[in-house]
Amino acid sequence: MKLTSVDWLIMLLYFVFVLGIGFALKRYMKTSKDFFQAGRALPAWICGLAFISANLGAQEVIGMGASGAQYGIITSHFYWIGAIPAMVFLGIFMMPFYYGSKARSVPEYLKLRFDEKTRGLNAVAFAVMTIFSSGISLYALASLLQILLGWNFTFSIWISATIVLGYICLGGLTSAIYNEVLQFFMIVFGFAPLAWLGLRDVGGWEGLKARLIPVATQQGFAPGTWTESWKHMGSASANPLGVEWFGLAMGLGFVLSFGYWCTDFLVVQRAMAANSISAARRTPIIAAFPKMLFPFIVILPGMVAVALLQDHHGGFMLPPVSATDPSPNYNMVMPMMLGHYLPSGMLGLGFTALIAAFMSGMAGNVTAFNTVWTYDIYQSYLVKDRPDTHYLHVARWATVVGILLSIAAAYLANSYNNIMDVLQLVFAFVNAPLFATFLLGMFWKRATGHGAFWGLFIGTAAAAVHHGLTIPIGATSLVKGGWLGSVQHVYPSEMAQNFWTAIWAWTSCFVATIVISLATTSQKTDAQLRGLVWSLTPHSDKGETETPFWKRAAPLGAVVLLLTLILNIIFW
Amino acid sequence: LDIRYPIGFLFLVVGAILTIFGAAGSDPSIYAAHSLGLNVNFWWGIVQIAFGALMVVLAKCGASKGDHEG
Repeated sequence: MKLTSVDWLIMLLYFVFVLGIGFALKRYMKTSKDFFQAGRALPAWICGLAFISANLGAQEVIGMGASGAQYGIITSHFYWIGAIPAMVFLGIFMMPFYYGSKARSVPEYLKLRFDEKTRGLNAVAFAVMTIFSSGISLYALASLLQILLGWNFTFSIWISATIVLGYICLGGLTSAIYNEVLQFFMIVFGFAPLAWLGLRDVGGWEGLKARLIPVATQQGFAPGTWTESWKHMGSASANPLGVEWFGLAMGLGFVLSFGYWCTDFLVVQRAMAANSISAARRTPIIAAFPKMLFPFIVILPGMVAVALLQDHHGGFMLPPVSATDPSPNYNMVMPMMLGHYLPSGMLGLGFTALIAAFMSGMAGNVTAFNTVWTYDIYQSYLVKDRPDTHYLHVARWATVVGILLSIAAAYLANSYNNIMDVLQLVFAFVNAPLFATFLLGMFWKRATGHGAFWGLFIGTAAAAVHHGLTIPIGATSLVKGGWLGSVQHVYPSEMAQNFWTAIWAWTSCFVATIVISLATTSQKTDAQLRGLVWSLTPHSDKGETETPFWKRAAPLGAVVLLLTLILNIIFW
Repeated sequence: LDIRYPIGFLFLVVGAILTIFGAAGSDPSIYAAHSLGLNVNFWWGIVQIAFGALMVVLAKCGASKGDHEG
């Protein structure tokens, strides 16, 4: 793929604006609150777009495009079931506690609600995970630029990391959030033409449906499987995901989705930067509007790509996975579609959008890391009671160290792919039970610190044991499961195994937290738990009835859920 | 700093580049432009100019109301 001077000009302009925003904000970074919490001064629409953009990393754009080609419209479950309900729940029920408690981070909320050891466990696990996530994002970007543009791997890593480091060091969370808003619009303007041009090329939605019938039937599925999202979820063997409706709804729609959207500080941090509790509550709900439409930008091009591959319509091709594996590399769907449909100029815009997606994901991880490191680890355990300027200084150094560790993680991923697979697996074990702890913490005042801490451990252990005793069909590596020797169950797909691992982890954590809490005494008084637990927090609707419905979280959330339901029915 | 200004200006500039580049004639070897009969650079550039202008106008309206960040 060859970029021309106009493509490079557009890319250069974008980088100049990104760094310019950082420079413009530098003089406002006077306290650690400015740097870590954006002074809690941002309006809901900015926080909402940043909330969605921080999640728009490598996995979203590249991964969902690939899944659109591999599985069809059924991939939309990761949005309409696997994101929207959790985002609405976070806005209506959980943000009042995160924001109202004045906690500066999610781990700090755990300290206020439970105890120091629960906070420490969550903070350390989260800090390590964000560094590796950031590193994987960096590795994926550098690999892509190497394949598509022939850029040197090391050059790609250092140039991307330096730009992200520059704008975060200069303007802290505000700069990251402002740039995420800019990146959101770049991504929309860069990828939206792909969906429109592709759909027009294959004869509209009806034409696409007709072209995808042979894709489904050749793999032994019913003709409409690639264009119907719920109709084939009755049994795991009837759809390409290999998951039945209950595993999908509970594993993805409840445990994994709520575990990510409601407890991951990377996204919650954006809502915590809002200028009022009302704005903080509306942040994830505002983000849900574009989120529900993103399948049309990232999944639809994947579906068009697999339709084009049927007869190499217009000469469209995908490169093979490797020299020894001739099957098409679906991870190249989005870049190859950009090259196929966009002329010079718009191709530069599309590539800039691709780079913006990687950078926003990485910046989200780095800002979350520097906050948790400084507040929840450094200030809590290493150097207490120093003036605020000291922690602001530490924050900037934490950003530099976070970026350097991300670069190291990217090189690790490049050298030892299997190590990263194992690490991602361990992170999945740690994350799966988290939502049970938060749910009980916020809605059951009897939950104790001991219950939360040991519940998390037991949930993580349950996830590991379940994974060690099961395998998906066709597994050839112990990373895929069965490493405890005796395989008790074979799942129809890796995704089904992941969903059920999460269900086991969540249930174990939930039950263990309740049992241990009932057997131990809470160290917190009701007064200490006010503002942290639902039953002890006054719910004032004063003034709410006078504000228009679009400025209130609950009615706005109801509109989002209704629209999502309509989308599910349209593509049933 | 009102973020709508940098967003608006960036899209105005990028939109202008695409429109001028498109008006000068798109690369005929590009499949979409050739097969679909579209000058996508030109029209998408116009859309971006309109979006950029909208953001700047919204920022100016916000500033006149003392609302620096929307």
